[in-house]
Amino acid sequence: MLELIKQPWPWYTSGLAISFIMVILIFFGKSFGFSSNLRTMCSMLGAGKWVSFFNFDWKAQRWNLLFLIGSVIGGFISANWLQSDAPLNLSQATIHDLQKLNIKFDGNIVPSQLFNWGFLATGKGLLIFLGGGFLIGFGTRYAGGCTSGHAISGLSNLQLPSLIAVIGFFIGGLVMTHLIFPLLF
Amino acid sequence: MMKSLKYILAGTLFGIIMSKSEAISWYRIQEMFRFQSFHMFGIIGTAVITGIIAVWLMKKMKSRDVEGNPISFTDKEKTWRRYLFGGTIFGLGWALTGACPGPVFVLLGQGYLVMIVVIIGSLLGTFVYGLLKTRLPH
Repeated sequence: MLELIKQPWPWYTSGLAISFIMVILIFFGKSFGFSSNLRTMCSMLGAGKWVSFFNFDWKAQRWNLLFLIGSVIGGFISANWLQSDAPLNLSQATIHDLQKLNIKFDGNIVPSQLFNWGFLATGKGLLIFLGGGFLIGFGTRYAGGCTSGHAISGLSNLQLPSLIAVIGFFIGGLVMTHLIFPLLF
Repeated sequence: MMKSLKYILAGTLFGIIMSKSEAISWYRIQEMFRFQSFHMFGIIGTAVITGIIAVWLMKKMKSRDVEGNPISFTDKEKTWRRYLFGGTIFGLGWALTGACPGPVFVLLGQGYLVMIVVIIGSLLGTFVYGLLKTRLPH
């Protein structure tokens, strides 16, 4: 059983498991949306003193912060006990495209060439990690949700606004990948 | 205690699913935005199709949650600007870091401590949105 879990999961198992998470949260009387935690964390840090948007009863969102803590634990468990020995099965076309940007495919989950403190200490590294995070935080709150809130919860409830948001996610992702990456790397 | 524990357990399961599905992979996100594999589209597609069926069933059967309250679904605000503009800005960040908010924290748990900087950036971005909220088209 453990051996089976350790293998990379096929897309259909993964997709089904994600909608299962959405369903259990609905049965808990909550809704699946991860990025609202960022607003909650701002409120906890006292942002409500300056900006009314953060002046809300964040304690009602405690359950979602616990879910967030769980997700960190889940990552830790996976990295330490559920890792498969096989390298990531990335498509040859992507490996080739990344090579042209001087990003080497190393078989890990993320390129170790980028995800380290040395790269972060370069101006470009700081721009990517801090700037990328900024765009994630600003964009998700502006759109009122991220992949979980819009692409999963919203589309499952046939919400047109969520479809517009998902189209936006792809416009942004395509512009970054095809137009900005060649200038950055 | 049990009340808290169930959310931590659900989150833990989510972290494992995100890891094993490879949805937290910077490489997989690049592959998706280059349309070079079905993997990520298969994951999102399966989640959405089964999610639509699940939500439809819950509405049809007038399901109740664990506390016995009727399950209700709130409709998103009927507008388009905030979804298109906000969504596009998030998409830029998603491709740039290779992670959406959930995976940022799952990767932190995996031991990629540099994600702390992405988290700081995302808190700053959320704060600045709150600051400018009334001046932005929604």
